[in-house]
Amino acid sequence: MKGGRPGRILAFTLLLLGGVVMVTPLLFMLATSLKTGDEVYALTFLPRAPTLENYVDILTRSPFGRWFAVSFTVSTVSTLSVLFFDSLVGYTLAKFRFRGRGVVFVLILSTLMIPTEMLVIPWYVMAKSMGWLDTLWGIMFPGLMSGFGVFLMRQFFLGVPDALLDAARIDGLGEFRIFWEVALPLVAPALSALAIFAFLGNWTAFLWPLIVTTSPGLYTVPVGLASLSGEFQTDWEMIMTGASIATIPTLLVFIVLQRNIIRGIMLTGLKG
Amino acid sequence: MFFAVVRFWPAVDAMMLSVSRWNLVGPRQFVGLANYERMAGDPVFWQVLGNTFEYLLLGLPVSLVLAFVIAFYLDRVEYGQGLLRALYFLPHLTTATAMAWVWRWFYQPPPVGLFNAWLGALGFGAQPFLRSTTQALPAVLVAAIWAALGFQVVIFMAGLKAIPRSYYEAAAIDGAGFWQILREITLPLLAPSVVFLLITTSIGLLRIFDLVYNITAGGEGGPLNATKPLVLSIYQSAFARMDMGYASAQTVVLFVILLALSLLQMRLLRGRDEGGRG
Amino acid sequence: MSNSSRGSKLVRGVIGAMLGLGLLAGGATRAAAVEIEYWQYTFKQRVEAMDALIKDFQKANPDITVKHVTVPYDNYRTRIAAAVPAGEGPDVTQLFYGWLGDYIDAKLLQPLPADLFDTAAIDRGFFPFVQGMKVKGQYYALPTAVRSLALFWNRKLFRDAGLDADKPPATLADLVDVARKTTKRDAAGNLLTAGIALDTAGQDVQWIRQVLVNQFGGMPYSADGRKVTYNSAAGVAAVQWYIDLIGKEKVSELGFLTDGVTAFRSGRAAMTIDGSFRLGAFDGQKGLDYGVTELPGREGVRSNFASYWVNGITAKAKGEKLAAASKFLAFITTPAAMQMWMETVGELPARVDLAQTDAVRNHPKYGPFVRGLSYAVATDFVDESIQRKVMMDLIDTVLLKKTPVADAVAAASVEEQKVLDGRK
Repeated sequence: MKGGRPGRILAFTLLLLGGVVMVTPLLFMLATSLKTGDEVYALTFLPRAPTLENYVDILTRSPFGRWFAVSFTVSTVSTLSVLFFDSLVGYTLAKFRFRGRGVVFVLILSTLMIPTEMLVIPWYVMAKSMGWLDTLWGIMFPGLMSGFGVFLMRQFFLGVPDALLDAARIDGLGEFRIFWEVALPLVAPALSALAIFAFLGNWTAFLWPLIVTTSPGLYTVPVGLASLSGEFQTDWEMIMTGASIATIPTLLVFIVLQRNIIRGIMLTGLKG
Repeated sequence: MFFAVVRFWPAVDAMMLSVSRWNLVGPRQFVGLANYERMAGDPVFWQVLGNTFEYLLLGLPVSLVLAFVIAFYLDRVEYGQGLLRALYFLPHLTTATAMAWVWRWFYQPPPVGLFNAWLGALGFGAQPFLRSTTQALPAVLVAAIWAALGFQVVIFMAGLKAIPRSYYEAAAIDGAGFWQILREITLPLLAPSVVFLLITTSIGLLRIFDLVYNITAGGEGGPLNATKPLVLSIYQSAFARMDMGYASAQTVVLFVILLALSLLQMRLLRGRDEGGRG
Repeated sequence: MSNSSRGSKLVRGVIGAMLGLGLLAGGATRAAAVEIEYWQYTFKQRVEAMDALIKDFQKANPDITVKHVTVPYDNYRTRIAAAVPAGEGPDVTQLFYGWLGDYIDAKLLQPLPADLFDTAAIDRGFFPFVQGMKVKGQYYALPTAVRSLALFWNRKLFRDAGLDADKPPATLADLVDVARKTTKRDAAGNLLTAGIALDTAGQDVQWIRQVLVNQFGGMPYSADGRKVTYNSAAGVAAVQWYIDLIGKEKVSELGFLTDGVTAFRSGRAAMTIDGSFRLGAFDGQKGLDYGVTELPGREGVRSNFASYWVNGITAKAKGEKLAAASKFLAFITTPAAMQMWMETVGELPARVDLAQTDAVRNHPKYGPFVRGLSYAVATDFVDESIQRKVMMDLIDTVLLKKTPVADAVAAASVEEQKVLDGRK
């Protein structure tokens, strides 16, 4: 590797500095959530007398545990579904030649391009006719596959050498086992990245869960938090507290999956 | 099958709506191309379209180059890599509403605004940022790049990790220099990630919405529509003005732009894409 | 259908099946209680008040149960527009008065049944602007409460500036004078405390259009509401006066502390114009000592802007549900309900005789709003959001593009006229 020790220290310092700049707005969010109402606008970055009052307030005022469980269920199920189906479809698109492959790919890609805002009304009509309104399944169904994931997995499967797959075929492995045991481990980094994004996408989704649910018991975390603020009301310390609470679980998921990324690299290293 | 029902049908529905007049609560009326004619004659639509491209053309190169440089060096860090990556990725974990407010607060005039306080300390005059028709869009864009950077860094790093170390070692033995390795090994092998990020970042920038909605006064994409992107305009037409037909017509325009752009990018990069199969 | 109602339906279904198999076609339950759904947006005090009203109503009508659904404010309109045309959701629902036209045109609302709602009595009993809810002699919806604007002032900042903390400005000239004295800037000229918090994304737009234009001797709209008429010397003067607060008097800046409410809440603005619905937010702010007074007059002319949310019965309610829904709507617009609503939510009763009592008129916080209501006008909006945007852009054009006020006002009136012409 080029660049000696001083170079590396310089790079590290710059990266660290950049990282600190990146989290500054988040620290501000966290700091605000620890302030009381009259201190929020005191124009100081750090709270003078940090308090957990806002957290206690949110957690006691609302069925937050319930919202959390709904969000967690929806995000987990959707993520698993996305991981399985998207990698299967992505693999097929990358490694099998069949008629209309290009068309299918472009069509799937094109689904990324319609804003969610335009889709909620047709989804609502669909959910109503299927009797899915105000159910967990109703919240989940649009997110069970994503064009984004198919695209990501296809791109990474393109990088898997055909020779490896052919070798597995010669060894007599079935097509699904080749996919599952040979190809999939090679794209482990991409899988964990996809898992993070799918989880996050579902965790922060707002408009659709709001439209499809009616019972407060079925709210997801973002919908529940929004229901705490009202007309023309901007209790920023509350919104910051809510955002902080909502960020913690995603942070945990990210940390857990970071390990998977490292394991993925090791697998890749062995095969490569 | 799932895709056909959940994703395509609504899209087709949106196309059909674009030739209708519908306020969401009444019956739909077929009006032919009237919505498109109105769009062509609407100066705000053209301004919004211009803004949308400004987000794309400024945001795409800046964010991708930045993300690549960070990922490239992050990949080489031996200690605390996980921590550093987490720092860059953290912004991606939060919701746009909360973060938009923080940025709005930072962009305040002095003495409240953090940025203006820094400028003042460095001896520069105060800037209006969000209250300026020329500075507002770049100001919003900085926040957008900030929010998306972690995502791009992670994708680039996943791509970099997938490149076997032995390739670099072989190249080093052959006496290849830094730039030569970068150009002949790293970038070609990273092509699938680059294509992926080019397309998703373009789509992300062309679909920018939450942030603008929450960072501008009244969610209007002001001042004077200076920051209003197409999706905000679609949202307003649909849900504030209840004009679903006009909203759908704008959606179709967005769709066509995105599709054309994606096809173009894929075609341009096809050569490298093939190379990526190594 | 929701889980809870499905659960109770199941129970009812089992009972019904025991009573007489197969008679439950279409899910209608004859023997048991009727359930109706009521929707409003989420706002702590409103939800509490409605829960209490529902409890009383169910006690008086044991055969009816009301399911109360609330939706976050920002997305209320979308949510309701998704549900109602699909035949889902509420039997009785709350709507902003400006949306009613669309719902009536689309036949999503039913006229209020004449047996429970006497048109002449409503004409007499409610504030006159409520007659906007009457189409072809039939009322389609009724409010429980109404709101108006007033001037809020910060006592502490008045005292700090050496002013009488209990003497708010009564005229526009006073307002400018007080604002000048309470404005604070640092050595570099940066605004530290605004004399008055201005925010065109807040209530200022209504203040300029419906109040200032009037006070400067003009009319914002023609009598039938079909023509924009503020493109006049008076209209220009009114806008100029507002612009001068920022440009000439330098007592405020748009976007100061992000928005007007935040600026006033945080004690960094000595005054602000806002609605009665803001009392709750300001009361909740620790350390904020504020007063409320009627909007300042000009040469003896006082004006105000009223707005309100109404309750209507959707097309979904049929048969016994319709009867139950009507009963419920009548119940939540009784004097007793309005009184209770005012005490819990802080919104003013929609019936004149209830609002214009001495106790209310002299109330330190409700009083100014109620006195304002007696001369308030509710703008006959075609599309509130575009009409507000036109005014926001008018102010920004002058401030940012340096367009002469007269030109900007003329352009805005042309823009807004287009919106009015779009009315069906």
